[in-house]
Parts: sequence; C-alpha cells; structure tokens
Amino acid sequence: MSKVSNTLILASAVATAMAGLATTASAAGDEKCYGISLAGENGCAAGPGTSCAGTSTVDYQGNAWSLVPAGTCETTMIEAMGDSPERKGSLTALERDIPA
Amino acid sequence: MFDAPPSSNLPPRAGVGYKPQHYMAITQDAGPLGWLEIHAENYMGHGGRPIAQLRHLSERFPISVHGVGLSIGGEGPLDPDHLSRLKHLVDWLNPASFSEHLAWSTHDSHFLNDLLPLPYTAKTVDRVSAHIDQVQNHLGRQMLLENPSSYLAFKDSDMSETDFLREVVGKTGCGLLLDVNNVFVSATNLQTSPQDYIDSFPLDAVGEMHLGGHDEDEDEAGAPLLIDSHGKAVVDPVWALLDYTLAKSGPKPLLIEWDNDVPDWDVLLDEITRADAALALV
Amino acid sequence: MVTQTQFQAGLLDPTQPAPDGLINPNGDQATKRYDVYRNNVAVSLSDALEAAFPVIRKLVGDQFFRAMAGVYLRKHPPTTPMMMFYGQAMPQFLRRFEPAKSLPYLPDIARVELAMRQSYHAADATPINATILAEMAPDTLISAKLKLAPATVVLQSDYPIYSIFIANTVDGAPPAKMEPENMLITRPNFDPAPHLISNAAAHCITSLQNGDSLGVAMSTSGPDLDLGATLGLLLGQSAICEI
Repeated sequence: MSKVSNTLILASAVATAMAGLATTASAAGDEKCYGISLAGENGCAAGPGTSCAGTSTVDYQGNAWSLVPAGTCETTMIEAMGDSPERKGSLTALERDIPA
Repeated sequence: MFDAPPSSNLPPRAGVGYKPQHYMAITQDAGPLGWLEIHAENYMGHGGRPIAQLRHLSERFPISVHGVGLSIGGEGPLDPDHLSRLKHLVDWLNPASFSEHLAWSTHDSHFLNDLLPLPYTAKTVDRVSAHIDQVQNHLGRQMLLENPSSYLAFKDSDMSETDFLREVVGKTGCGLLLDVNNVFVSATNLQTSPQDYIDSFPLDAVGEMHLGGHDEDEDEAGAPLLIDSHGKAVVDPVWALLDYTLAKSGPKPLLIEWDNDVPDWDVLLDEITRADAALALV
Repeated sequence: MVTQTQFQAGLLDPTQPAPDGLINPNGDQATKRYDVYRNNVAVSLSDALEAAFPVIRKLVGDQFFRAMAGVYLRKHPPTTPMMMFYGQAMPQFLRRFEPAKSLPYLPDIARVELAMRQSYHAADATPINATILAEMAPDTLISAKLKLAPATVVLQSDYPIYSIFIANTVDGAPPAKMEPENMLITRPNFDPAPHLISNAAAHCITSLQNGDSLGVAMSTSGPDLDLGATLGLLLGQSAICEI
C-alpha cells in the first residue's frame, strides 16, 4: 500500500471516527462496574470461628476430588467444544510453560 | 525512639470504617460522623475510583489510615516495597492518623491475610520496637499500635499484654490504639478480667479507640470462644466496658468497625450515634 | 518457643497438628483455638478469590469454586498484602487443574477478570480532545504516535471470552458461540468497559500500545482493519491520552 493511499485511508478513518463520536460518547454514560469495586478488599476482621473450612481440604491429586464443574456453562454455550482451534499466539500460548 | 510530637489529629468524636458502598449515603447524610478510617492496602492501587473517592472524602472528613498488612510482629524484616507504598499513600493523603496491629501476617514472603498472634517476651518487645522505629522513621510520623484479639495463649509468654505495650511505647514513642471489643474478646477467651486490663493499660498513650461486633463459639472443653468478626452490632457488655474506659481516659476518637455482612448506612448511623452519645457522657 | 515458621506450616496444611506451645486458658494444648487462625486464612482468601472471579464461579458453580479455591490458596498464597490483586496465578493454575479440564476456556476467562481489576485500579489519564486528531495534517497524522490510557487492555483468545463474560454478567445477554474472540477493556471514567473487537483491531491497538506510529499500526494490521471504527472506539472511550 502506498504512502499516499495510507494517508487518505487514515484521513477518512479519522473523519469516520469523529462522525461516530457522539453516539459512542452517550453510551459511555451507561455505568457498569461488574462488582469490581468490592473485589479483594483488605480487612482486619476474623473469619467464621472454628468451622471446618481451614481444617479440611480436597486433595485432587490423591483422587479424593469428586466434584465436576456445575455452573452456567451448559446454558451459555450453544456449541459444544470440539478440538481446540489452532493457537494463534494468544494469551494461552504465552503462559503455557509457566508451572502452575 | 520517635520524639516528634504525636501526629494523631483525629477529633474525639465518633468515626466509622469506610466502605465504598456507603459513598453516596455518607455524602448525603453523615449524621454525627466526625471522621473516617480506611484500610491502607485498599488504596495502594494506581488510580481509578478508590483513590478518587478517598481524595474527595478527605476534603470533607479527617481520615485515619489503618494498616492491616505491614506484619509489624513478623520475625523477618518488614517488606520494603510495602513500606514504600504506605509512604506514598501517607504522603499524598496526609491523614490525621496512621495505625497498625500488634500482629504478624507475612512470613517467608507469604501474606496470610490474618492478624496472627505473638508471644509476649523481652525478645518480642525488641523486635516489634525495632519495626515500629523503622516505620516511624520511614513515614516521618508517629504511629498507633493496636491491641489484638486473642484466641489462645503462648506457653512462652512471660509478661502481660499491657506490660508489653507499655514497654513498646517507652522504647519507640509510638501511641496506642485501644480496641475495646478486642479487650472484651481476649479477656473472655483467656478467662481474665477486662476491667483489670483497662486498669493496667497505659491510657495516656491512646490516640484512638475501636469498637466492633463479635461472634460466639466455644472450644473443645466447652469454654466460650469469641471471634472478632466485625459482622454485627457492638454488644451491650462492650458498650459498658467503653463507658468504664472513657471515664478513666477522657474522650478519645472512637471508631465503629463493621467489615463482614456490611449493613445499610442507617444501621451504621445508629452505631455512630450511640458512640457519639457515649462520648457526650464523659 | 513456637516459631512463625511452625505457626504458619499448620495454617495452610490441615494434615499438620497445631504447634506445641499454644495453650487454652486451662493450660491444655490448644487445638480448636488454633483452628480459628486456620479458618481465618482459608476463609478470607477463599472469599477474596470469590469476589475476584465472579464469572469463573458462575461457570463452575459455588461448590466446585470453594473447593478449587482451597487448592489454589494453598498452592498460591498471596505474595503481597494487597488483596485487590490476589489471584494473578489463576490462569496458569486453571490450565493445569485436571478437574476443570472440561471447560478449556476457563484460564482465558480468568485473564479477563484479572484484566478488569487491573483496569479498575490503573492510573488515571486525561483524554485528548478528539478534535486535535481531526485538525492534524494527514502527513503528521501518519507518523503520529498515540499514548493510550493505562487502563486500556487488549486480550486475545482462542475462545469466545467476550461473549462468555457478557453472558455471565449482563442479564438477558445472548449465549456465546464457540469461536475465537478478542476483547478490549477501556475505562472512560471509573468503570472498566468490555468491548468485542476484531483480530485486526486487536493487532492495531496492541501495536499502538507498543509505541508504533498510526501509519505502522494500520499498515501491519491487515486489510480487515476498520480504522475509523477502531479510532472511534478509542476516542469515544477516552482511551487516547496523548498524541
């Protein structure tokens, strides 16, 4: 692509961006924080007494783990997961070799 | 030894632990609220709403910064990165007070998110005092140290908690934060007298007091075991212990802590109003 | 003397007994009273993870999430006292967590939730006035470099990360379709906003973040790039803070 045509494309893109701004800006007033404001607050309170959360654990490597995911995935997926699509340098690839 | 004048400038009025969900309510109806306390670690992000809210609130209320993660009682050195983050916050906010806990929470670079207990010995006095010296010198201000809630005792302890705190104050020039609910919780759990504790507490060094709710449980022998849950209203025996304390200490900045199952602002306002009334009696 | 190493060891390992030297008021060895601390650690860290990964929790269910959190917190206890950033290792943890293997997109959803929090706490930035861009000569424009707001994040995935995130956070959102998606997170004021973007737009914005000029970013992003829409999105979301 030549420099001249790039310049034209860019100029027209800026014009398009400017023309579309009014609609985008008004949508930005629709606030939504997804509960993040309360995520991970530090505190100095103690937990719930001597209940068993701290004294029992499920050792999944020792075959004691019997749970399966039972969330909303069935209703949010309309297509079953087939073979993994070809990786394309995504974030999954970036972390593949970091030991968990 | 920190010999600058005490820098706790909180008013001797009722305050509350700030929760972001109460932001609008506080700006609309603060009632007798005299000041706010924040947990330092929640304002160590780079920007965004938490910092903006704090900046705005600090224009209207005196702020107390209460650290929960410095691990002052840790066997290892204080985390220099965390100390820097704390200094950054204290420098821009210039709060009326800074306080931390007599506890440890970090060991071997793992942060355990709980206030863990210490044996009361001369060796621990020296370690805690050295860390407080380091904090006060780094921040360039006096800090207040809070008495913990105890669930058990150390066989190795050879001094009382109040003697321990008195020695640390003497060595470092720090002030104290007296948590009256913690006194009640610890005394019940260790089967001692909360009034005796108050009688032997160095009240002259107190720059702030805390009040909060606790849960009830019991140990394997059926002995009462109170948990410092901050998830309920302050109970009557703790209000009574507060009156006993205030009669000896005179009015002090008095904080309502409610961190779990945080209620609507109206409920907190009732607690603030009751704390305000307790101060008015002094 | 109970050392902090001894005290800590039992906190994260329920198979260890309470350390010697901790006593009840009657002088007996403390066991249940030590469990108070075990609980505080396990419950407070599980609660922090639950608050941090609400979509993961929805996708696997409460019971699975709590049990998984118990494994995670023992494998990856926090390394800083700032609980708002706890959970950084969740993507790689999930990638190797056998019981969750039936949901291969979970690690990338964890990335989305981490990125939303990162954006929420990112440094503030003042956006440029959009007219500056319109008034620039085309030649200057093509060599111009844009500085994007620190709260701006691009995520690429083999999975429909945007649609899964939205389907689990917005009432009445359509179910996700199993195809690769890219996501842009902006923060026009204080609330991070997720956007679905094309491969070409993701490449272009990443290139701008890396300091490339507008000309380079557009010419390396392929023929599918809708530059007008991409710039419009960045401008409208107050994501450009310097040119």
